[in-house]
Amino acid sequence: MIQVENLTHRYGDRLALSNVGFEVKKGEIFGLLGPNGGGKSTLFRILSTMMVPTAGRASIAGCDVVRDPAGVRRRVGVVFQSQSLDRALTVDENLRAQGHLHGLKGADLRARMERVTERLGLADRRKDIVETLSGGLRRRVEIAKALLHGPQVLLMDEASTGLDPAARRDLSRNVESLREKEGVTILLTTHILEEAGRCDRLALLHRGAIVAEGSPAALRARIGGDVVVLEAADAQALAFAIEQRFGLHPSILDGAVRVEIENGHRFITDVVEAFPGAIDSVGLHKPTLEDVFVRETGAGIE
Amino acid sequence: MSNFFLPAATLWQRELVRFWRQKSRVLGVVASPLVFWLLIGYGSNDLGRFYSGALVLTVMFSAIFSTISIIEDRREGFLLSMLVSPAPRTSMVLGKIMGAATLAWIQGLIFLAFAPLAGVRIGLMELLPVVAAILLISFTLTGLGFVIAWRMESTSGFHAIMNLLLVPMWMVSGSLFPMATAHGWVKAIMWVNPLTYSIALLNHTLRLPNAAPGAVVSLIVTAAFGLVLLLASGWMAARKSVRSAA
Repeated sequence: MIQVENLTHRYGDRLALSNVGFEVKKGEIFGLLGPNGGGKSTLFRILSTMMVPTAGRASIAGCDVVRDPAGVRRRVGVVFQSQSLDRALTVDENLRAQGHLHGLKGADLRARMERVTERLGLADRRKDIVETLSGGLRRRVEIAKALLHGPQVLLMDEASTGLDPAARRDLSRNVESLREKEGVTILLTTHILEEAGRCDRLALLHRGAIVAEGSPAALRARIGGDVVVLEAADAQALAFAIEQRFGLHPSILDGAVRVEIENGHRFITDVVEAFPGAIDSVGLHKPTLEDVFVRETGAGIE
Repeated sequence: MSNFFLPAATLWQRELVRFWRQKSRVLGVVASPLVFWLLIGYGSNDLGRFYSGALVLTVMFSAIFSTISIIEDRREGFLLSMLVSPAPRTSMVLGKIMGAATLAWIQGLIFLAFAPLAGVRIGLMELLPVVAAILLISFTLTGLGFVIAWRMESTSGFHAIMNLLLVPMWMVSGSLFPMATAHGWVKAIMWVNPLTYSIALLNHTLRLPNAAPGAVVSLIVTAAFGLVLLLASGWMAARKSVRSAA
């Protein structure tokens, strides 16, 4: 449904995207995970036809984003990170204006408005002025607006930013059910691990390039065993000592030493005995997406 | 065809509804030129002489404030969804300019209600050309605002342009002193300043003095300036960008 090949974009001298390629199948929820400044927004702008890439190709539902932006726009619904509603207008007025932009009108438009507001639980809010709605409700109106013309693909840019955890869960449920009930293909960008974990597949984006791609489970499985995190006054020295003594390759993130290892609990006793007094705290966890990101890039996400 | 006019009409309507819901905006736009006019006019004991200039200033403020909103609207607002909708950019430009021009026109008409104070004595039928002239000037100044705002990254830049370009442009348009009494290079600037012709057009229709250049020339220059700006707006907005439009 979405094809991206060798996509490259420069802002002047700065390389924002470098040879990015991936494919999203129909009905998938695909996530682009990465830190801010990693290239997600650039990719999003190109896919949503707001910007022409320096090189490479991207197509959505068979329409090329550069040669046939109008075709893409008819088939894609876009949910922006920033608000795209007119705050001075009511929910209905916003939806009607959006419908008109897509050439919808009359009974057809009214039926669609009815349907999307029903779908997103906004039926009793239609006469409310957007200004008076909570952040979570506004997000739902944004999604309703993006769905109005019946797109095959929904592009969502950091859609959960600024939402409280309850509203975020509500958003995720809505996204899930869109895929289930309407068969909409969803591409979302996020820097929130929890949200990324609910995608079918993910691409990890770092400094404009995809460093890993796969289902969240497959990505986590790249790290065999456990992740042990050791906090120490001198993390550099500890990492060096571990390398010498155990032949491992620890990484350092946020002043803590991280070691990927099978049977982490055994390693913990070994390492604490080996360097008495040098370690301030010890932690052990199953690999997370952040660990995968650290492993591939040496940097954290959030 | 409906895919061109429907988006334009909906944008136009949106501007009017927003305006109606924020009526205090009218006060802000009309009040400052009004105070300004009354102070200079009473102070110099010649309300008539500064009337057209103050009316054009009202229209200019309104047009500029409406188009300034483009800068934020496309970063965080309704214009965002327009940029990714199949509606042609040109219809978007038309809708936005029509909406902003209508608001500027309405506020110009509110200012027109003070015309008797300026000593304007014209009949009801003679009011028609005045109303039409204000509409034309509203379109022209909105087009000017659009052309400036479209490429701007931030509203702070717009304020600089307002103070360094638009207000000086208004000052040397015959609003404060007639072309006949102007000197040297300022007079030359007045000749090439499109606003000079807008003010003259108003003075002609209101039968006020200071009406150089002539009526026909004023009409042609104002309309041509407006048309050029409208085309430039459409051309700019329709261009594909390697930078983000938003």
